[in-house]
Amino acid sequence: MLMQAHATTTGHSGAAIAHPVLEVRNLRVVFPTRHGVLNAVSDVSLTINKGEILGLVGESGAGKSMTGMATLGLLEPPGRIAEGEILLDGRRIDNLPEREMAKIRGRRIGAIFQDPLTSLHPLFTVGAQLVETIRLHLHLSRSQARRRAIDLLKEVGIPAASDRIDDYPHQFSGGMRQRVVIALALAAEPELIIADEPTTALDVSIQAQITALLRRICRERAAAVMLVTHDMGVIAETADRVAVLYAGRIVEVGHVDAVIHAPKHPYAKGLMDSIPPLEGRVARLAQIDGSMPRPDSIPEGCAFHSRCTLAGPHCRIAVPGLVETEGSRTACWLYSGGVEA
Amino acid sequence: MLVFLVKRIFNAAVVMLAVAAMAFLIFRFVGDPVEMMVNEQTTQAQRDQLREHLGLNDSVFVQFERFVVNAAHGDFGISYRNQRPVSELIAERFPATLELVLVATILSLLIGIPLGVVTAIHRGTWYSETLQFGSILGVSLPSFVVGIMLILTFSVTLGWAPAFGRGDVVHIGWWSTGFLTRSGRASLILPSLSLALFQITLVMRLVRAEMLETMRMDFIKFARARGVPARRVQFRHALRNCLMPVITMTGMQFGNLIAFALITETVFQWPGMGLLFMQAITFVDIPVMAAYLCIVSFIFVAINTLVDITYAVIDPRLRHQGH
Repeated sequence: MLMQAHATTTGHSGAAIAHPVLEVRNLRVVFPTRHGVLNAVSDVSLTINKGEILGLVGESGAGKSMTGMATLGLLEPPGRIAEGEILLDGRRIDNLPEREMAKIRGRRIGAIFQDPLTSLHPLFTVGAQLVETIRLHLHLSRSQARRRAIDLLKEVGIPAASDRIDDYPHQFSGGMRQRVVIALALAAEPELIIADEPTTALDVSIQAQITALLRRICRERAAAVMLVTHDMGVIAETADRVAVLYAGRIVEVGHVDAVIHAPKHPYAKGLMDSIPPLEGRVARLAQIDGSMPRPDSIPEGCAFHSRCTLAGPHCRIAVPGLVETEGSRTACWLYSGGVEA
Repeated sequence: MLVFLVKRIFNAAVVMLAVAAMAFLIFRFVGDPVEMMVNEQTTQAQRDQLREHLGLNDSVFVQFERFVVNAAHGDFGISYRNQRPVSELIAERFPATLELVLVATILSLLIGIPLGVVTAIHRGTWYSETLQFGSILGVSLPSFVVGIMLILTFSVTLGWAPAFGRGDVVHIGWWSTGFLTRSGRASLILPSLSLALFQITLVMRLVRAEMLETMRMDFIKFARARGVPARRVQFRHALRNCLMPVITMTGMQFGNLIAFALITETVFQWPGMGLLFMQAITFVDIPVMAAYLCIVSFIFVAINTLVDITYAVIDPRLRHQGH
């Protein structure tokens, strides 16, 4: 059953093999407030290919979740996309009417949210929620959908799936609930999965299981995954490529090994230095002084300049663009013309 | 679940005993029952005989026990005014009140829930703001004013619906129903609307507040992320989550409605328990008043208990608390 549905998905995207699954071009997300329009996301461009996991990493408020929500078309009003395009399989989806977008959500883009306790409707059994999602997107009878729901639960590693399908969310542990959420995201074999902090609410031991599961799903189904998290450890274990966001902009993007082991951007370096090493003890972890500016007080020029030890006059004047650096692309004047004015 | 049930029923029994004690005190100590039942010609011997017959010479506890046992059997003594068993009088009047309250409750849910959903979803539009403002009137207008205005508009001026009484009723066993005749149904319209108006606005405001709260929850966002269409999210996922407090309130208010129906019943001369009670007050008909107190409290307590149990049925989290 699963294989069959899988085959149709592959056939569906077969014609557009040249396109990445997701392409975001110059995305700007704004929030109009009483104090003016805030830029939550500025000029973010990224692509995710089939079978690839792109990690979006950054502090809270860096714009990583906003990018995910904008892709799903679920920005909370008054938040909206002010500029840019979002293309799924080469077709624009950011300007679709809500009715069309609802057909894409769940069907072609699956979502996994942070807290599995609150993502599931407490008053419906997990089976009812799975069957609902499956039947919304695939033309299956109730009993076929139920069989598929059981298969999905088995696939995400729920023991005794056929017995547990009629249980309510509160009867599952946190890790098991997140598996149910993943099963829901997979219900209609989406090409793209947006995982917004999927492990943040879980115990460390469970986190590893969930990241392993995400990786397996991505590989087996050749799905593209946008993994939004603030946890560098999860990124290192799971992602193929990573984009580091700071104050709404991508400051460095590249292969995960390059960004983690040889970060170029001073902010990315600072982030890596602040992670305790597994071997050996460090007397004191490095930390970046200050805090990320809020969207209403992003400084002129490079948003990081006020915290950057390497900043020069030029950094205060103009926003650096992404340029090729070794193994990644980095938005920093150090790599594009120098920090001197 | 069983422990929960037993606990709830035990609580209910304790409350009922307290109410019975109060009703008994009224019965026993507001005036002398013997004095109220006899006339000037009665001799002292006859009075003593009656006192003995009524058991008024026994100790207070024996009397209370007898009162509770009799009440539990539905025996509340003889009405002073009508010289008939109180239970008979109540049984005659009870169907009228229950039908009125039932219709009012159904009206309030049928009208209130959709209005609440609409005002929540279309928050900020002129019609939802108008409804929201109008609901303040509904909450604050006293029910006798509403009743009189309804009579004035729809009976006196327009002549669409009868202004008093129950119309023709059909007897099914001891139950008398107005549902089965045209005039019976017509007579229900104005009183039930008058009684329901407050309820409608209450339900509407509650549903609106709950919907606004629920629509912000993660599982609603996640339902949308799964591709559930907006309408289905609102009416199936969000509304279902709002129904718990609505059920509680409707349940609680059902008792209130029975109690407050006495105003509506008086305005519309509706031959229910409320009207019976009003008449009993006028004639200091203590047994009827005591019986009314006990019965209304019993309904209150029974409904509260039932609501608690319904909770457990609707919300699986309460049901499974045991494991």
